[in-house]
Amino acid sequence: MFGASGTGDTSGYGGLVRSTTSKGSSERPYGSYFDEVADDLERAYPDFSQAIERVVVYRGELTLHVKRENLVDVAMILRDTLLFEVCMGVSGVHYPTDLDRELHAVYHLLSMTHNRRIRLEVSAPDSDPHIPSVVEVWAGNNWNERETFDMFGIIFDGHPGLTRILMPDDWRGHPQRKDYPLGGIPVEYKGATVPPPNERRSYR
Amino acid sequence: MSTFTDPYASSRETTEGKVFSVTGGDWDSLVTEIGETKEERVVVNMGPQHPSTHGVLRLVLELEGETVTELRCGIGYLHTGIEKNTEYRSWTQGVTFVTRMDYLAPLFNETAYCLGVEKLLGITDDVPERASVIRVMMMEFNRISSHMVALGTGALEMGALSPMIFCFREREKVLDVFELIAGLRMNMAYVRPGGVAQDLPAGALAKIRETVKELRRDFKDNDKLLIGNTIWMKRTQGIGYLDLAGCTTLGITGPVLRSTGMPWDLRKMQPYSGYENYDFDVITADTCDVYGRFLIRMTELEQSLRIIEQCADKLEALEGAPVMVADKKIAWPSQLALGGDGLGNSLDHIREIMGTSMESLIHHFKLVTEGFRVPAGQVYSAIESPRGELGVHLVSDGGTRPYRVHFREPSFNNLQATPAMCEGSLIADIIGAVASIDPVLGGVDR
Repeated sequence: MFGASGTGDTSGYGGLVRSTTSKGSSERPYGSYFDEVADDLERAYPDFSQAIERVVVYRGELTLHVKRENLVDVAMILRDTLLFEVCMGVSGVHYPTDLDRELHAVYHLLSMTHNRRIRLEVSAPDSDPHIPSVVEVWAGNNWNERETFDMFGIIFDGHPGLTRILMPDDWRGHPQRKDYPLGGIPVEYKGATVPPPNERRSYR
Repeated sequence: MSTFTDPYASSRETTEGKVFSVTGGDWDSLVTEIGETKEERVVVNMGPQHPSTHGVLRLVLELEGETVTELRCGIGYLHTGIEKNTEYRSWTQGVTFVTRMDYLAPLFNETAYCLGVEKLLGITDDVPERASVIRVMMMEFNRISSHMVALGTGALEMGALSPMIFCFREREKVLDVFELIAGLRMNMAYVRPGGVAQDLPAGALAKIRETVKELRRDFKDNDKLLIGNTIWMKRTQGIGYLDLAGCTTLGITGPVLRSTGMPWDLRKMQPYSGYENYDFDVITADTCDVYGRFLIRMTELEQSLRIIEQCADKLEALEGAPVMVADKKIAWPSQLALGGDGLGNSLDHIREIMGTSMESLIHHFKLVTEGFRVPAGQVYSAIESPRGELGVHLVSDGGTRPYRVHFREPSFNNLQATPAMCEGSLIADIIGAVASIDPVLGGVDR
């Protein structure tokens, strides 16, 4: 019931076990304008097959998984040839169990000319958290990359001034990584003790 | 060197040069002391407690005389870790957190988040029409109250005191509507995944129609005060210039983008919540300056009123229709009742789960403590907030809690344009330029 899988035991205290979300590649035709975007990109970028690891279409949205070495080239072509003029920023996601691809950077692109949206996803291992910066392609990504660095520790190579932006400059650690505790203290309420949120039972 | 020390304007030598601390008091001694140094270039730290920086925004200005040669923004003073916190709460509880990000536009945060959750659940088309209409109506009311603050404080920061009084009078009327419908004036957590928390109370439609009439009448006071006012125009025209190329490369959206003549409004371009069914205009200006941006906000008020009137008509026709998805495995079970002291438990619902039906109690308990599961995957849902594109990037791992919630806040992105707008201008024009971006620091820092 309620969509539980496995034994259905939801008595609690499962700890904060997380699995990774890894969906396979989508098959053509992708539908909507996604085939056109993929075709245009393939035509404009000869290394397409080697640079794009996966193409995922989910819930009416297209995600291109790009190798980090090719990110800036792909971004340039997306901006200049496919007219994705605006980058709506980058958001990091930390998948500790996705070995050698722990840190993901997700870019949301918008083409005002064609009224289209696509998404780029780039990954980097925890041991080498480097992703090239796209600030020279979309200058507005400056603060967004600083935020992602601040929160996840992804180092954007080539960024004009990669410093912390939300946390204090001398802060240790990167708060939104999954291995960074949320913190909090137990609170007593009407005689009962409520544990801090990251120690409460989680339902799997 | 001055021979006395001023407790309100002391100075000390550092490796960076001489540092003056100004905390009010005697400006003459400060001016004398700065005059004695040979330095032409002065670095001024403005904020984060400065009343004209629109919140806890810190600006580091490099000045030559009164001209700003370099500007940097310091943000993060209001960072509360909302995104991280949502990862430890159920999908429904997330609404209560995100509503506190951009505290002047709480309903936009809630709706953007809920649209994202619904997209992940695949129930976008199952949300009842009445719920969507209520969402649209609440958002447009919220747009008015947010624009009122932008306009009122913007004028206040530039020295015009009267518009603020009128703007907050209007905002108060909108907040009264929120209080009547949602029980709270701000941060109401009214929009929930699958619909809205509760239906309109009795008499709400009459109150809404009455408020629209009053607002339409009272907006004229501000128009008379500001539009065509020579001082206002001199303070705003040609100030904070940013053209279309600058906007696209910096990812600027909202009134700032529309002030370049670009009619980009997600309500028209990528409609959500049924915005394609409403008749309204996208307001633009072609001045690229502070004046144009404020003019857009003032004109958008009328468009919002038009949408609200259409919503009221639709709601009248949809009287009695559901405001939450039919799927009981997603719809929040606890029904709320509006009392004199705000929203509270519905006694009918408590009677049912405690006295009548064991199954209802189990169902209630499971959904409230455990929450519903959301299929694994990621989505991005974007809406047009008063400040521009408010995007939500949601990642689910298939559990009862979000794996990652990221808000693409328009305030955060738009604030990046401050140096481009202000460098080379006078220090007094910075205030106008920042006010025209209308950043809400709760949204910037999250």
